[in-house]
Amino acid sequence: MNATLTDMLIGCLVMFAVTYMTKGITLLFAKKEIKSAYIRSFLYYLPYSVLAVMVFPTILFSTSSLISGIVGTAVALLLSFFRKGLLPVSLASIAAVFLTEFLLYVF
Amino acid sequence: MKFTRGLKDGLPIALGYVSVAFAYAVQAVNQGFPFWFPILVSATNFTGTGQFVGTNLIAAGANLGILFATLLVINIRYTLMSFALAQKMEDGFPLWKRAILAFGVTDENFAVAVRQPHKLTFPYLMGLMSCSFCGWLGGTALGAGASELLETLLAGGAHVYYEVLMSALSIALYAMFVAIVLPPSRDDKHILLLVLLSVAASCVFYFVPALADLPAGLNIIICSVACTAVIAAVFPRKEEEPEKTQDGGEA
Repeated sequence: MNATLTDMLIGCLVMFAVTYMTKGITLLFAKKEIKSAYIRSFLYYLPYSVLAVMVFPTILFSTSSLISGIVGTAVALLLSFFRKGLLPVSLASIAAVFLTEFLLYVF
Repeated sequence: MKFTRGLKDGLPIALGYVSVAFAYAVQAVNQGFPFWFPILVSATNFTGTGQFVGTNLIAAGANLGILFATLLVINIRYTLMSFALAQKMEDGFPLWKRAILAFGVTDENFAVAVRQPHKLTFPYLMGLMSCSFCGWLGGTALGAGASELLETLLAGGAHVYYEVLMSALSIALYAMFVAIVLPPSRDDKHILLLVLLSVAASCVFYFVPALADLPAGLNIIICSVACTAVIAAVFPRKEEEPEKTQDGGEA
């Protein structure tokens, strides 16, 4: 990482400004309802797309070896498919990566 | 609609936030940020996905325009949520009260508040939001502290355990995101189609050399806006459908 103290503080300020703006603008000022079915649909769908883009394929390379990344991803997919909560999915995935990397290290 | 009622409704959200914020802080410290940085970001932002991506972008040295635009795409959904909340608030909310409440709009706070059968009062929303915010901030502080502590404890010969543990923890947030996206994809084939399309687009941007060289964050903007625009045009949602909300734990 090569961010300086100034980068961090200015970066945090920009993040705060954008986040507060998106949260506040309609709460503070909007009078009319958003009627367009297209815009409402777009805003409804967008978070799912953002999360999907963020997760794949980066999750495979998020750990220190591709093998453990694949194992962790498989565990997360399997448990999520059966609707386990965020915490169980996350803990199981962490455990799978830890175990895989430990085995890779030992053997 | 009292303050205490809000606190009570906020408690399960706060517990979910502790783990997500913990994972966020571990990731940030692991990337080389000082322990106070994730705490500062959590204290000023209160948004899961946005903070995570923003912190990654700052670490990657992305320019401020990209940081601004990426956060805008990720957070634009709040505009709709705040709007719906504004409709549900009782009359006569002064601007300064609205300005405080705006900070506390998150996916989960919105989901709980909008489900209330009555008009929303200022004390109730303050209870709900301050409770979940404590979980968010507390989880971040715990994660940042634990990372620093582990690095000190697992020094020298045990350092390999620290590295394996940190590597394992770095998958935590991604796994949570999978758990957020997959269940609604099973229930709604339009969401499934959107997710598959987004993953395909994301892979193209990741593996095609010319596209992979684009500034960090730009891929998220292009892929998500383009894929969502297509799906929203082809499959606009019917208005009478009740709002589905992402279940628990992600701000």
